[in-house]
Amino acid sequence: MRKPTWIVKTEKLPIKDPNDVVIARQRVRVWALDLKLSLVDQTKIVTAASELARNTLEHGGGGEMEISEVTDGIRRGVRLAFSDHGPGIPDIKLALSDGYTSKQGMGLGLGGSKRLMNDFTIETEVGKGTLITATRWK
Amino acid sequence: MAQVLNVIQRNQASLLTAWMKSMQLGIRRRDLISEAELQSQTEEVLATICSVPAESPLDNLNAAAWQSLREILASLSVSRASQGFTPSETALFILSLKSPVFALVRQQSGNDADQLYASITEIDSFIDKLALLTTDSFIHGRDQVISRQQEEMLELSTPVVTLWDGIVALPLIGTLDSARTQIVMESLLQAIVQTNSRFAIIDITGVPTVDTLVAQHLLKTITAARLMGAECILSGIRPQIAQTIVHLGINLQDVITKAKLSDAFKLALERSGRTVTRIEKTIRPNQ
Repeated sequence: MRKPTWIVKTEKLPIKDPNDVVIARQRVRVWALDLKLSLVDQTKIVTAASELARNTLEHGGGGEMEISEVTDGIRRGVRLAFSDHGPGIPDIKLALSDGYTSKQGMGLGLGGSKRLMNDFTIETEVGKGTLITATRWK
Repeated sequence: MAQVLNVIQRNQASLLTAWMKSMQLGIRRRDLISEAELQSQTEEVLATICSVPAESPLDNLNAAAWQSLREILASLSVSRASQGFTPSETALFILSLKSPVFALVRQQSGNDADQLYASITEIDSFIDKLALLTTDSFIHGRDQVISRQQEEMLELSTPVVTLWDGIVALPLIGTLDSARTQIVMESLLQAIVQTNSRFAIIDITGVPTVDTLVAQHLLKTITAARLMGAECILSGIRPQIAQTIVHLGINLQDVITKAKLSDAFKLALERSGRTVTRIEKTIRPNQ
């Protein structure tokens, strides 16, 4: 069962070229610092943001990232939502499996990001696009 | 329609005075440019406009007749940029030509409202285009400065240092993207050949994030170095980076890794048959 979550504040960033991935990483680091996450958690969330932003760019053909500070009443956390209007993911299970890649990468990005974050959901439709939401709680 | 140009050319001298006067109103920056310099620039621009054949089209700045004007405006905006003008101030320099020309056209057309309207529309869009051209050149100049600085930074950020005979180190700082990795890899491989090194230490203390792409780049560099007969040691893996690598599932088992550069250096010395020892202080008789 998922607890209800409330959004405290939010920021949107475009992800259109490789420089945007660098900016996305920097912004996520700022948000993680604001929330006073530990150094390990900061690094985890920034790394996951880097992976997912690059996926949005390379597989989704560009899109945007929304960073939000969320709370479920007790805990606070950072939620990252990556959306694109790309080809979508035909087989989520395959995409999440380690070592599988449809391009040149290592095939660890998506599964690795899932392990780096606490909550992780993929909504995708072939031909329509993909929305990946990942939250790291403090 | 080239009548307008004709009018401008016939009244070059009076137009120059009027233009200088209209610039006095507000947009002068006496702190940045001297009166004499501005006067000569204004003269030059106006003279160039007047030197083109009177039948040149005003609606097409790309025509061959306007080539020299385009060049003068481009160099003018670049010099303005370096003098510290803003793009809008540079554009205003050209735009302030409008009102004197309008006044002149009005004088010439008399009471013919239709002709006045046609002439003003034409000259208006012509001067707008000139102003936009200065803005474009201004931004183009800035872009060139930025890209030159980027290239300089790429060069700067990849120094390969020799730690000992046969041991080179590459301290990486900042984000590792594909372009930089290419340069890093090339300079490391070059250094391995030049210094005839058997050991290469890659230190990632200054790399803030190690994601799968960075790891892949590192592994490629290490494999390439290995193909050239050098052994690579990866150092500077901080605790948070180590945890992240484990969660991502990146396999670095085939790579020798150390937490600190000093550990990696020590290992390289040992493997090349050297040791570091502390010498007991001996008191010499004459001291």
